[in-house]
Amino acid sequence: MTTHFFSDTAVLLGRSLRHIARSPDTIISTLLMPIAMMLLFVYVFGGAIRSGTESYVSYLLPGILVLTIASGISYTAFRLFLDIQGGIVERFRSMPIARSSVLWAHVLTSLVANLLSLGVVLLVGLAMGFRSGAGPLAWLAVLGILVLLTLALTWVAVIPGLTAKSVDGASAFAYPLIFLPFISSAFVPTDTMPGPVRAFAEHQPVTTIIDVLRRLFAEQPVGSDIWAALAWCLGILAVAYVVAVRTYRGAVSA
Amino acid sequence: MTSAIHVRDLRKSYGELDVLRGVDLDIAQGSIVALLGSNGAGKTTLVRILSTLLPADSGEASIHGLDVATAGPQVRATISLTGQFAAVDEVLTGRENLVLVAQLRHLAEPGRIADEVLARFSLTDAGQRRVSTWSGGMRRRLDIAMSLIGEPRVIFLDEPTTGLDPQARIEVWQAVKEVASRGTTVLLTTQYLDEAEQLADRIAILHEGRILVDGTLAELQDLLPPAEVEYVQKQPSLEDVFLAVIGTDRGAA
Repeated sequence: MTTHFFSDTAVLLGRSLRHIARSPDTIISTLLMPIAMMLLFVYVFGGAIRSGTESYVSYLLPGILVLTIASGISYTAFRLFLDIQGGIVERFRSMPIARSSVLWAHVLTSLVANLLSLGVVLLVGLAMGFRSGAGPLAWLAVLGILVLLTLALTWVAVIPGLTAKSVDGASAFAYPLIFLPFISSAFVPTDTMPGPVRAFAEHQPVTTIIDVLRRLFAEQPVGSDIWAALAWCLGILAVAYVVAVRTYRGAVSA
Repeated sequence: MTSAIHVRDLRKSYGELDVLRGVDLDIAQGSIVALLGSNGAGKTTLVRILSTLLPADSGEASIHGLDVATAGPQVRATISLTGQFAAVDEVLTGRENLVLVAQLRHLAEPGRIADEVLARFSLTDAGQRRVSTWSGGMRRRLDIAMSLIGEPRVIFLDEPTTGLDPQARIEVWQAVKEVASRGTTVLLTTQYLDEAEQLADRIAILHEGRILVDGTLAELQDLLPPAEVEYVQKQPSLEDVFLAVIGTDRGAA
């Protein structure tokens, strides 16, 4: 059964990538929000924000990248929900294929779509004045963290995709996820926040991840924070994966 | 010879609700059996258990001797399922749908297989168009065509014509007959009596979680009380009224 895992996943991945290629509006619509935020914060609020760095866009970009992922993964829940509703998941499950390849195909599709989105956001950032002297290793570290975060959050998105009763329910889970970067160091330094908000902001994973990305771009030492960031990503990934796979076995066969 | 489908005392409940209460069914290889029952009789539950999508609470169920509970992957390699709603990918073209299934069944030359199947089901012209532009009947035919790829020995068709218009129903019936002509065992569920009569060699009636009768159409007809002659007062039809009012003598008309 597992002998065909890779080929089955590749076939199903090809199918969902075709979906994306035929409706690129799904990527564009998830891109609008982070790019609009970047424009708004750089050109409207940015002048009044003391980020403690020379260029506000360079301060902001890591947070916008995380926001892009939070916005992009909701489409996995949406697509998975539609596949289940349409009965095609049922068809796949009654076929002699590796069953988990259905989920993996969706997750890898999300990875491809999000990497495309991140690339576009990065180009917009560059056009707006974002600069980084980071070397190849630092860029590789940035890519690694973004890939891990996308995988982790996509597995989170698989859960509502499997359990939702309506399309709205399938994508509603993304709202708190999109909100999280706002109570973090993404847009402004946490120093000026009132006590409890600051405590939350400084100890939630988004801040840790964004701070590490920011230091990688600014060619500063990342210290032990990179391990904390990786631990958050891997932790979320592991928990979400286990819950998603269990839900898949239970929910679809109920 | 082992039966293609063998079910003995199969039970399934959802909480308090007993859906299957001891189903017994044997289906010979190569036959077309209609599982007839009203909504909620348990037809879909039985099909889902047989296609390894749902575990039974107790009882036996096997496909060509393979236990659906313990030999899932082998059973899935032997069967194919067409569920209640056309489970086709609307974003893909008809041909891409068929290629997808052929690839997932790990067959050589998926493109050639897709073209052959399109031709067999008279879908070649529409093959290159996205399925979202197809009619309901065409989608259903594609759905059934997809079940056929890889030549599974047993095909389950769960309410293949529910929600279709009369013309599309006839098209789907032709598709089912095409499937059956290859000697594949077909178990189809339906709530339409004429569909069972049209397509099936044998008919099993599932009611309140049990198979009440199972036999050929002629055997089922023998179960009825013998025909009796009765004299019934005939109410005039609108036609009779119309003709009487306008004063035309029927005999002369």
